[in-house]
Amino acid sequence: MMSDKTSTFIEVRDLQIAFGQQKIHRGINLKVQAGETMVVIGGSGEGKSVLLKELIGLLRPDQGSVKIDGEEIGGLKERAMASIRKKVGILFQNGALFDSLNVSQNVAFPLIQSGVSDQNRIDERVTHCLEVVELSNQGEKMPVQLSGGMRKRVALARAIVNQPQCVLYDEPTAGLDPIVSDSINKLIRRLQKRNKVTSIVVTHDMKSAFHIADRIAYLYQGRIYFEGTPEELKNSDDQQIKNFIEGVSDNHHCLE
Amino acid sequence: MGELLRFSGRSFLDILEYLGRLTAFCRQILDAIIHGRFFPRLLFRQIVTIGYGSQTVVVVTGAFTGAVFAAQSYFKFKDFGVESSVGALVSVAMCRELAPVLTGLMVTGRVGASMAAEIGTMKVSEQIDALRAMAIHPVDYLVIPRLGAIMISMPLLIAESIAFGILAGYAVTVIGFGVPRAWYVHHLLYHTELEDIVIGMTKGFVFGLLIVIISCYQGLAATNGAVGVGRGTTISVVHSSLAILICNFFLTFFLNSLFPLGSQ
Ligand SMILES: Nc1ncnc2c1ncn2[C@@H]1O[C@H](COP(=O)(O)OP(=O)(O)O)[C@@H](O)[C@H]1O
Ligand SMILES: [Mg+2]
Repeated sequence: MMSDKTSTFIEVRDLQIAFGQQKIHRGINLKVQAGETMVVIGGSGEGKSVLLKELIGLLRPDQGSVKIDGEEIGGLKERAMASIRKKVGILFQNGALFDSLNVSQNVAFPLIQSGVSDQNRIDERVTHCLEVVELSNQGEKMPVQLSGGMRKRVALARAIVNQPQCVLYDEPTAGLDPIVSDSINKLIRRLQKRNKVTSIVVTHDMKSAFHIADRIAYLYQGRIYFEGTPEELKNSDDQQIKNFIEGVSDNHHCLE
Repeated sequence: MGELLRFSGRSFLDILEYLGRLTAFCRQILDAIIHGRFFPRLLFRQIVTIGYGSQTVVVVTGAFTGAVFAAQSYFKFKDFGVESSVGALVSVAMCRELAPVLTGLMVTGRVGASMAAEIGTMKVSEQIDALRAMAIHPVDYLVIPRLGAIMISMPLLIAESIAFGILAGYAVTVIGFGVPRAWYVHHLLYHTELEDIVIGMTKGFVFGLLIVIISCYQGLAATNGAVGVGRGTTISVVHSSLAILICNFFLTFFLNSLFPLGSQ
């Protein structure tokens, strides 16, 4: 019991949030073990991105608790969250690159801000991370000069440059070609294997979900509808889950 | 009648609410000054953009205002034979009113608008969230450097504007209309006090604070994509300009009670 507690990195309990009248989360419960890759799947607009933002306090839930590495973030002020946020890297769905900085500067930013001043070390890390996302020699470009997929990969490089203990990925492979997608999937796996990084990966891409997940959580109508291993998900008899995995719409009106 | 009352009541409440939110923002700024991280490089860069970059606009505004004011006064003053006093009038007016107010309005248009637009764009494209996720407080990173830069730059810009206004007035009256130089300069120096310049620079300092607080607030509060950013930018310019003009009225009385104008 004791050992189980210490190895839980993220613990979400009864999370609820609404924007105006629209209820997004109606009570989410989720535990992510340290070093595990949890894939969150769910329809678009179900609140997957909102969930990631709640995890690091960018959005405050109306109710419920979030614990990161054993620390409750609910009551913390913005400044007090700094120490927790330093443990977590996040890849935003749209990249959220700083458009006043070029690619290298964007990737170097978290390093410099966390106090690394050795220029050689910064250059080395930046070059390495850009290599990993297959964007070597693009360091001089400005974000507006990049395609959507390239922006995403730069953002990914920026999210991992500091070697955080935990990385949250919001649709890391959306908009990428199959080959680059595959290399991103491999990267996520490699980070987990070698560096014991805890990850939450939000995705629509079932192929990559099965490829990288230790466990999969299916977010449906504001709750975790299913949680289990990829095998369990595949073998599920539930119609809702089957429809989602196979991409079948249950909206028959369009046929009439 | 009821409709009108309800409307004015609603507007009054809106204004109070807006002021309340600005006050809360000022508290965040104070908190950032006390507990926040300081970014000297960004401060320096902002001084370059805000202070150094605004000089052309400020100098041109100051010079033409001084020139026109001198010319108009000269046309009237020469009927009374006191055209050599034009310099004194131009100088005191530039110091106390024209330079601070016009510079304030020009800086609002040039600097305030770009602050609101830049920060607003960062907000709606999640760049602010990205900063926060990297444990950087947006107020520390975006607002404090701009605030510091304008506190340093504005008084200097005002001084520059005053200087060019006086020079242009001199050029128009003495060189253009041939008013005797010695009398002109004598009156000018005799009637211009150090206090006049202090008043101008103090006003500029306060106006600078207003511009940054209002514009950065609008930027950070931006929602709703490009439309929201555009709206926020317009609001920031309108509100800053109004705040400057209204605040100028009260500051004038306040500062005049400290440094009275007229026969001492
Ligand atoms: N800042 C916000 N204000 C209001 N509504 C929001 C906000 N962010 C997200 N939403 C709403 O929350 C829902 C979930 O959004 P999101 O988490 O982005 O979905 P997804 O699962 O596709 O990532 C959407 O319906 C969206 O309209
Ligand atoms: Mg999303």
